[in-house]
Amino acid sequence: MDTTEREREAPYSGPLLDVRDLHVEFVTRDGVAKAVNGVNYSVRAGETLAVLGESGSGKSVTAQAIMGILDMPPARIPRGEIRFRGQDMLKMGKDERRRIRGQKIAMIFQDALSALNPVLTVGFQLGEMFRAHRGVSRREAREKAVELMDRVRIPAAKQRVNDYPHQFSGGMRQRIMIAMALALEPDLIIADEPTTALDVTVQAQVMDLLAELQSEFHMGLILITHDLGVVADVADKIAVMYAGRIVETAPVHQLYARPAHPYTRGLLDSIPRLDQKGQELYAIKGLPPNLLRIPPGCAFNPRCPRAQDICRTDVPELFPVAEDDGTPLEGRGSACFFWKETLHDR
Amino acid sequence: MGSYVLRRVLQMIPVFFGTTLLIFLMVYSLPGDPVAALFGEKAADPAVVASIKHKYFLDQPIWKQYLHYMGNLFQGDFGTSFTGRPVADIMADAFPVTIRLALMAFVFEMVLGLALGVVSGLRRGSIADTLVLIMTLVVISIPVFVLAYIAQTVFATNLGWVTPTVQDSYDLSQLILPAIVLGSLSLAFVARLTRTSIGENLRADYIRTAVAKGLPRRTIITRHLLRNSLIPVVTFLGTDLGALMGGAIVTEGIFNVQGIGNVLYRAINQKEGPTVVGIVTVLVIVYLVASLLVDLLYAVLDPRIRYA
Amino acid sequence: MPDIHDEDSYEPHPKPGVSRLDYAGEQGMAVEQETLVERDVVKREEARSLWGDAWRDLRRRPIFLISAVLILLLVVMAIFPWAFTDADPRKADLVNDYLKRPDWGDVFGVGWFGYDAQGRSIYARVVYGARASITVGIFVTAAVTVIGGLTGMVAGYFGGAVDAVISRITDIFFGIPLLLGALVLLNAFSTRTVWSVVIALGVLGWTQIARVMRGAVLTVKQADYVVAGRALGAGTGRLMFRHILPNAIAPVIVVATIALGGYIATEATLSFLGIAGRRGARRPRSEASLSEGSAS
Repeated sequence: MDTTEREREAPYSGPLLDVRDLHVEFVTRDGVAKAVNGVNYSVRAGETLAVLGESGSGKSVTAQAIMGILDMPPARIPRGEIRFRGQDMLKMGKDERRRIRGQKIAMIFQDALSALNPVLTVGFQLGEMFRAHRGVSRREAREKAVELMDRVRIPAAKQRVNDYPHQFSGGMRQRIMIAMALALEPDLIIADEPTTALDVTVQAQVMDLLAELQSEFHMGLILITHDLGVVADVADKIAVMYAGRIVETAPVHQLYARPAHPYTRGLLDSIPRLDQKGQELYAIKGLPPNLLRIPPGCAFNPRCPRAQDICRTDVPELFPVAEDDGTPLEGRGSACFFWKETLHDR
Repeated sequence: MGSYVLRRVLQMIPVFFGTTLLIFLMVYSLPGDPVAALFGEKAADPAVVASIKHKYFLDQPIWKQYLHYMGNLFQGDFGTSFTGRPVADIMADAFPVTIRLALMAFVFEMVLGLALGVVSGLRRGSIADTLVLIMTLVVISIPVFVLAYIAQTVFATNLGWVTPTVQDSYDLSQLILPAIVLGSLSLAFVARLTRTSIGENLRADYIRTAVAKGLPRRTIITRHLLRNSLIPVVTFLGTDLGALMGGAIVTEGIFNVQGIGNVLYRAINQKEGPTVVGIVTVLVIVYLVASLLVDLLYAVLDPRIRYA
Repeated sequence: MPDIHDEDSYEPHPKPGVSRLDYAGEQGMAVEQETLVERDVVKREEARSLWGDAWRDLRRRPIFLISAVLILLLVVMAIFPWAFTDADPRKADLVNDYLKRPDWGDVFGVGWFGYDAQGRSIYARVVYGARASITVGIFVTAAVTVIGGLTGMVAGYFGGAVDAVISRITDIFFGIPLLLGALVLLNAFSTRTVWSVVIALGVLGWTQIARVMRGAVLTVKQADYVVAGRALGAGTGRLMFRHILPNAIAPVIVVATIALGGYIATEATLSFLGIAGRRGARRPRSEASLSEGSAS
């Protein structure tokens, strides 16, 4: 704990989190499912990275691998590095890893009702963070819990600290999850679909709260979602995942304006728009791939309107994206042989 | 909470009367003349039979018999057995023995069952887990009287650690072997139930949260996992104490324990109505109280349950 | 007003059959991480029917195959006992010494398992005794499933006063321990056969299934497809048997399967206590042999 504490103060110029060539597989009855196939991404302090993808794209598995909460087996990590402040967490001992969890990297889950222990009070579960990592007394932990609840704007925190999770509304429960993640002021928060289970109006509130606290504490944030709408306002950059790979990365507004991958283009086109009233809604044809048998070449090729022979044989790397005149577009990449053509569509 | 308890107690009243009436009907209105049975092979003097029947209210319609019985019961009178001994006396002799036996069996099944269940639940697929599964399967498949004979043969005949049957039913040390036999089936259930419950809860989201919080493994298991996993086990254990008392017939018979099982078995065979009804009535009360307690305990353990 | 007594204690009696679900859970573990894996595996062979799917799954499990063969063997034994032994289970021949060790080499022979005190072949008695055990097991289970299933269904479906009355009646029968009740009932039969055992256990044993069924129906009743069925004008009978029953039957089947073994053991115990076996039943049965064996 002490060393990491000192490191925190020390100037560290690299990215907070750096995922390199991460592979995750699941051993199932029917074979090995390749859930993550060489993911690279990094997050800096104060930065928000949105990871976008359908269920099964490997976005959550990547997050769980970072967190170190994958069940192994059936999961295994055959290759890759997950560097936190320059140190590869996959090479750390169990205890060292555990002390990072909650203290340095915290996670917010999608379904707060099931993610909170039903038989313990929220105050206890919040206070537990301080008791486990800071060794404070039960009473002190409770006071800290009330403070945290205040901070995430749960009304009447003092009275509600002894309530159980089921006694809160969905939005309030998610605030408790956020409070729990914030408790020890971690450097990085991973939010896995934090608003998916909530009503639309509550979604915005929770999202705003998260963004506000993030900038207040200057934390890194990885926001995992399948909802393009959620990320637009809060994210700095986006990584789009498909079949366990990142197919496109871009600063958030550029991605919306000019996607460089046919899959991203398809996702954007399938958002219903008011000016298209009466027209048939666009949908990407076909189904997401079976992770037990990912198609050879580009995994997206069976569904891609632009697929050529090369797409069925060669796996495209993440090409840097540039303008026609060769000026590179900062932070942009596309894993498509025809990124140029895609960029110029329409 | 208070109104819930009240409602549950009110619900218990018809069940109490219904169950006692049912057992009353089963004992008294089915064919077979208990008074004639009393005389065995001898032909009874009709006048004597009639006077006995009158004395025990047996010449009355069944519903009058029941009301009469219940009236006495509420004055603490369990009636008199056909041998002339008050049923309350018979029970006062036998119940303490059975309660001790059942309590010992209960402690045995709870302690060992929970321990085995936790070990096998946490280490699925390990050798220990497989052993627990096989052992419990064997115990569940074999009727209790076979287990009792095996225990008798091994521990009394072969090893000579104990006498084959209990000589003094008030001697706790002699009740150990019968208690283990009596508790073995429930032990298997407790172990398997605990194992399953732990397995389910291990995959629960809140366990993943606890791991993500960076809690030490020990804390996760004791504070988060066990607390949740034991809820169904406690429910089972709660109702099982009564079941152990009622289920002691075979074990008490084989080991010659002078508890209610033995008394009840003799009473059933001799069509000793008052004794049978008396003992079963007490067992029903035990069962009803136990299930009420389990319900209340459930609410304490699981805050999601709220009584309106 | 959530009433936990009615909701929760009506769950299947916690018995070890849950291990079946365990197994499924273990298999599902990997796919919980990524639901898509599972979805795709299923999608790949979409043409398969539900039953075909189950069959394909079961066929690959050795435990299932071994169990199936064993059960089949026992059923055949119950129907055609003479096919398994030449010996007459009732033939007492004191030439056969029961103190002699069983002749394990004499597979399927008269003396395979040795002889009892009356010099009868224990192997033959086991073979012929299988019928009584299996008859009791199957018929009691069938009886309690029908009685308990119907009462539980009616209670759960109609709710309100109907439910209250049925639930209290269920409580009343549930309060009487099975073995005790069966002893008392069987004592009233002057001639006791396998069928009196079936009746006694059936009359007293249906409550567990009724509680499970009621709980399952209460859950299923709220499902959207039932609401949709009602909205589309399906009648009571149709709703009950086409929409609710197929979705509520699973826990009942699990409990009934476990109970079957329990009934066989209870019958064995009754025989042992001398209440169902020696005096009434005309056929020899395995359990009677057990008690005789111990007496010797």
